[in-house]
Amino acid sequence: MPNFEFPASIKSRPVYGRLEPRKGKFHLMIADGEGAEALIELAAADGALMAKSHIIYIPRDTGAGFAEKLTALGPAQLYIGPSYPAAVPRLRRVLADAHMGLQVYLTGTEGLMGQAMNEAMAAGIPHSAIQTEHRGSLARRMQCVHCKGITEDVMTDPFVCSHCGLHLFVRDHYSRRLAAFQGVRVDAEDPGNIPDPVELYS
Amino acid sequence: MTIQFNDETFRDDYSFHNSDRAIQRFPFPFHEDSYMYSVNMERHKGGPEGSVYEMRFDVDEHYLAEMKDRAMVLAEDPLRCQSLPHMTLAGWDLLELIMVSKSEDYPDLFELHREGSNWRWINRPMGIDQSFVFMDEASLPYGPMEYITRQAQGDFCILDQRDDNLWMDAGMVTTQADWSLDFDIGMNFFEWHAPVPKAHEMGIFVRALKFLLNIQQGSPARRLNWTLTVNPLLDTSPENYHKWGVQKTTLTPENLGRKQHLRVELQTFFRLPRSNALVFPIRCYLIAFEDLVSVPKWGRRLHRVLRDIPDELATYKGFIDNRPMLVDYLSQYDDGAETSPGVWPD
Repeated sequence: MPNFEFPASIKSRPVYGRLEPRKGKFHLMIADGEGAEALIELAAADGALMAKSHIIYIPRDTGAGFAEKLTALGPAQLYIGPSYPAAVPRLRRVLADAHMGLQVYLTGTEGLMGQAMNEAMAAGIPHSAIQTEHRGSLARRMQCVHCKGITEDVMTDPFVCSHCGLHLFVRDHYSRRLAAFQGVRVDAEDPGNIPDPVELYS
Repeated sequence: MTIQFNDETFRDDYSFHNSDRAIQRFPFPFHEDSYMYSVNMERHKGGPEGSVYEMRFDVDEHYLAEMKDRAMVLAEDPLRCQSLPHMTLAGWDLLELIMVSKSEDYPDLFELHREGSNWRWINRPMGIDQSFVFMDEASLPYGPMEYITRQAQGDFCILDQRDDNLWMDAGMVTTQADWSLDFDIGMNFFEWHAPVPKAHEMGIFVRALKFLLNIQQGSPARRLNWTLTVNPLLDTSPENYHKWGVQKTTLTPENLGRKQHLRVELQTFFRLPRSNALVFPIRCYLIAFEDLVSVPKWGRRLHRVLRDIPDELATYKGFIDNRPMLVDYLSQYDDGAETSPGVWPD
């Protein structure tokens, strides 16, 4: 899957790059879905990297194919998990043990990268040791500004808040702290007048 | 100077009102008959006697009612006041700045007594007499920023300065023009302004940031910003937009003069001494259109500004749907006469 060029108009959204192998004593790679492809390319760019790498991978809806390929790369440690929240306790444990010289690689959906970035920053990893590369779904992780609930994998605008049920439009404003975009009630000024949802980026 | 504090509300029955004095001193924001963004900064070193610019922190007839409204907002939603862990020192800086300024500027209303770290603060209008130890959080009922901003009109953002940028790392935000502290906390200057149209392309934020980074202790700055609000509602937060948004549709040609308000923010910027943070008070002043047009120059000028403002700005400021009705109403007060330069009444 080719890399998606995000529109430059959203100033609060992080800019994602391309992963490249860096020198480091240890490498932590966190990926979901098609992010596996970026890790495979990373391994191809530096054959010695995987022997010093811990991969945390959430396949999402990509089946078992990528998991097998990642296993074949021979990483020092590989974890395949059912969801990002399920992987968080492990991730925190790994970060708590991190030493100077750790390099962090985040790749996959925006929601995964944003949340894992926060965990790494909270553990004191300098931002200069963290790389990101977007791959896969363009779905957004949304916070409802009214009830504060997070709705994952939002593909349409407007959408229904999975917590309070309000119809929300997707505001082009991103919070790194929440790793989410802002959702605001779409029919606040005209209750009941809810536009047909359109697919994001289509 | 004695201030008669109003018994009034900013919600439900909306009994908020401006006295003649408050109308005359209203910070009308348009210095000419049109409006576009600009980095309209100036030194905040006083102003004409009795004006809202005279004191460092203006206290007016709405003080007690605004503080009551703030307490209600915080009871409903404590996330309106947040401070990231590294910002406590800046909170003490702010507490000192406000207590010193108010006790010097309004000695009949506020007193501050200091013996070393043992301080006593008297806020007469609110009936507060608090002894505490400066820099000892346990000696106050709230953190220092929350404590003092529950007693000061306007919203307060405390901006940390690092990496040649400003970071929205603490704030008390209950009277905002549709932005969320809870969402924006931790963002840098460009990030929290992301939703503002046009101004990025115009280079406004780059210039404004450059100016703000260089503000020195003892040399505060100020600017005005404005929007429109239906009903004198202080809490026009995105959090509650699903409740207040619908009020915009209640405007009719008959009730417009009473319900439609011009909302002006007096934004000031002070460098804080210990933390080197910047505090950014955003003080909101509201005036009903029917009161505003009692100053003929303001009625004429507001008509021309709203008539000619680009659609994009009218949309961002949230009055595009009501604009025809507003312009129609104001046209009654515009006889086409020339207006004098500057903001002051003739």
